[in-house]
Amino acid sequence: MAGRGEQRQTWLVLGASSSVARAFARVVAEDGADVILAGRDMDDMRGTAGDVSIRTGRKVDVLSFDAEDPAGHEAFAADAGKRAEFLNVFLAFGAMPEQEEIDADFALAERAIAVNYTGAVSVLHRLAPHLEAQGDGHVVVLSSVAGDRGRLKNYVYGSAKAGLNTYLQGLRARLFRKGVSVTTVKPGFMDTDMTWGLDGMFLVASPEQAARACLKAARKRRHVVYVPFFWWGIMTIIRHIPEFIFKKMNI
Amino acid sequence: MRARNMELCGWGRALAATVRAWRPERVPAVQQALRAGRDDGVIAYAGGRSYGDAPLNGGGDVILTGRLNRILAADWKAGHVVCEPGVTIGDLMRAALRHGHAVSVTPGTGFATVGGCIANDVHGKNHDRHGSFGDHVDWIDLMLPGGEIRRVTPDGEPDLFAATVGGIGLTGIMVAAGLKLRPVKSNAVLMKETRARNLDEFLAMQEDARNRNTYVVGWIDATARGRSLGRGILETADDSPDTVDAPMRRRKRMPVEMPGFAMNRLSVGVFNALYYHRVPRGGRERHAPLTQFLYPLDAIEDWNLLYGKRGFYQFQCALPDAESPVGLRKLMEAISQAGTGSFLAVLKTLGSEGKGHLSFPMRGYTLALDFPAKPGVAELLGRLEHITLDHGGRIYLAKDGAMKAESFAAMYPKLGDFRRVLDGIDPDRVMQSDMARRLKIRG
Ligand SMILES: Cc1cc2nc3c(=O)[nH]c(=O)nc-3n(C[C@H](O)[C@H](O)[C@H](O)COP(=O)(O)OP(=O)(O)OC[C@H]3O[C@@H](n4cnc5c(N)ncnc54)[C@H](O)[C@@H]3O)c2cc1C
Ligand SMILES: NC(=O)c1ccc[n+]([C@@H]2O[C@H](COP(=O)([O-])OP(=O)(O)OC[C@H]3O[C@@H](n4cnc5c(N)ncnc54)[C@H](OP(=O)(O)O)[C@@H]3O)[C@@H](O)[C@H]2O)c1
Repeated sequence: MAGRGEQRQTWLVLGASSSVARAFARVVAEDGADVILAGRDMDDMRGTAGDVSIRTGRKVDVLSFDAEDPAGHEAFAADAGKRAEFLNVFLAFGAMPEQEEIDADFALAERAIAVNYTGAVSVLHRLAPHLEAQGDGHVVVLSSVAGDRGRLKNYVYGSAKAGLNTYLQGLRARLFRKGVSVTTVKPGFMDTDMTWGLDGMFLVASPEQAARACLKAARKRRHVVYVPFFWWGIMTIIRHIPEFIFKKMNI
Repeated sequence: MRARNMELCGWGRALAATVRAWRPERVPAVQQALRAGRDDGVIAYAGGRSYGDAPLNGGGDVILTGRLNRILAADWKAGHVVCEPGVTIGDLMRAALRHGHAVSVTPGTGFATVGGCIANDVHGKNHDRHGSFGDHVDWIDLMLPGGEIRRVTPDGEPDLFAATVGGIGLTGIMVAAGLKLRPVKSNAVLMKETRARNLDEFLAMQEDARNRNTYVVGWIDATARGRSLGRGILETADDSPDTVDAPMRRRKRMPVEMPGFAMNRLSVGVFNALYYHRVPRGGRERHAPLTQFLYPLDAIEDWNLLYGKRGFYQFQCALPDAESPVGLRKLMEAISQAGTGSFLAVLKTLGSEGKGHLSFPMRGYTLALDFPAKPGVAELLGRLEHITLDHGGRIYLAKDGAMKAESFAAMYPKLGDFRRVLDGIDPDRVMQSDMARRLKIRG
């Protein structure tokens, strides 16, 4: 990879208390990269930092980060940029309130948008100049299959992820010019806190499987990947159901 | 946080329970789960490597600890680590070996967790030399049934420590522990395998080895009869100064559960005979990675599917030294008469009592065997329980799924102390399990 030479790779993991993010931190550290964990739960991230560095011998930092506080993102990005010789970004944070709860309390819709869309756009925007200056690197963002089509059961979350997907298309074009890849990951179901105990889960990927798939996709500089891959097929079908039928479906 | 309704079983798969399962990924979520508990109580379920019903709570809640799996801190100079309870022994061992240490005591599977090993005060193949798991625990952060976290040390709170080590999860949920490791020179052991032609010879060899070697384990052929009754292979091992390559071998997986008839007297007998004759008459010696020596069965994932749909029971008892020659012979005779064949039974020595009120080890011998859950197995297990009791022995809770409450009370003389601690910290009986109810542990 051009420009990377002997430079020390660092992965900035945003939303590091998610189990996929934790797994990703282990996977990239095993692979030889340093890690910066960023998120709200400092206690939890300190635990992960200890674990990853003990298991792999890599350097692991912890930074406080709140997606819902865009005002702090400029300084956050500068800090992260300073700590890393060579930055890569894994964005894992997200919030999925249930649609029924959203219907009862609009504040939850605002929060879903603030975290999944505004927060992601805000922090990626602040990180972009640092990445451009490197002339290389990877950005991997956990979006969702829910963004592929608005569904009765999940459309506020889905629309925020759809907005994120569109933003990422533009960001990809921008960063491509400076040698940085942007990968949109659309997980189907992953076995995390978000989905534990939800009805109707099937073909669930473990956090480790998902994390490995994300790293692989970044290496290949993929644009959009479904995780696990067969969700591409499922979503292709779902996207092609005519609207007059889809609107009557209970999914 | 949501819970999931699901079926869980012990490693033997003969006992199962429908539970409401919480799966905290961080410590504060454990508290939420404890507080959400219902009348039917709650118990921790970790690696699920206990064979019977210790981690089950039918109709009630369980807290899955597998996601609390971080090694939080390590001091490789002094050989101390701090772990979350769901760290597997295999993971901890791999991390420790890279830094010149080994987990001091480990069971025969790397998939057991730190929490599970404390809660059963497990013993390893080095029990004579190094005692049991609880002997290497510096402290435990225990979340009491009310949700308060208390740091429990052997000196600071000896009663609560003794109730938690070996206490099969009934004192609360452990959320972290400080462990003392053992320094080693390499990742390997020099192991020696020797045939023992019958029970007397086997016992004499073990007696000699327990004073001589760090690791001692005997594989006994439970299908052999007559003059060969109690024949087997003695494996001894000591730390090796030389490191060996430990290739990352892909684990094989049992693809499906085997049909029940696959495990019959004939197939098990043939397997055992092959296992015995594999070792040449004069014995053999080799270097092996410690993990391979300690966890031979971990090479095949889900090997418990071997026993088919109905699953199996494991029987494990300990007998005091003085009773062992006679008691073991009676046990082996009863087993070989029943002809329900167990493959790879284990016979080994134990060094001394553990620190827990319900710790299993006692100075003497321990025998462990599997029996398919077929008609007649209850009678056989009953007979073995009886012999054990007659000879002053006890049955291991980590393996048990069949013992009677009266036998349990007779085998564990410190049950009264254990109950007193529980009455103090858990008057509302928040902590419950199928095993605790079956054995009437709370009285
Ligand atoms: C192949 C094999 C070989 C074995 N060899 C040995 C051996 O050589 N020596 C030996 O002693 N044992 C041995 N065992 C038994 C095994 O080591 C024990 O059953 C051990 O307790 C399993 O740990 P686990 O993590 O699977 O716990 P589980 O089986 O899930 O739970 C065991 C008990 O621990 C409690 N527990 C677990 N975590 C916590 C926590 N965080 N807080 C409070 N309570 C908790 C549970 O409530 C339960 O009562 C073996 C088992 C197998 C399958
Ligand atoms: N699980 C699935 O099946 C699935 C499917 C499709 C897409 N996804 C996406 O995958 C990603 C990971 O989700 P998950 O399944 O691991 O869910 P999770 O366990 O709920 O994790 C969500 C993460 O987002 C963080 N977060 C929420 N609000 C935040 C904020 N304001 N600032 C910073 N961090 C915040 C949380 O941190 P706190 O600890 O501080 O709350 C947590 O680490 C999410 O983007 C999700 O939308 C998941």
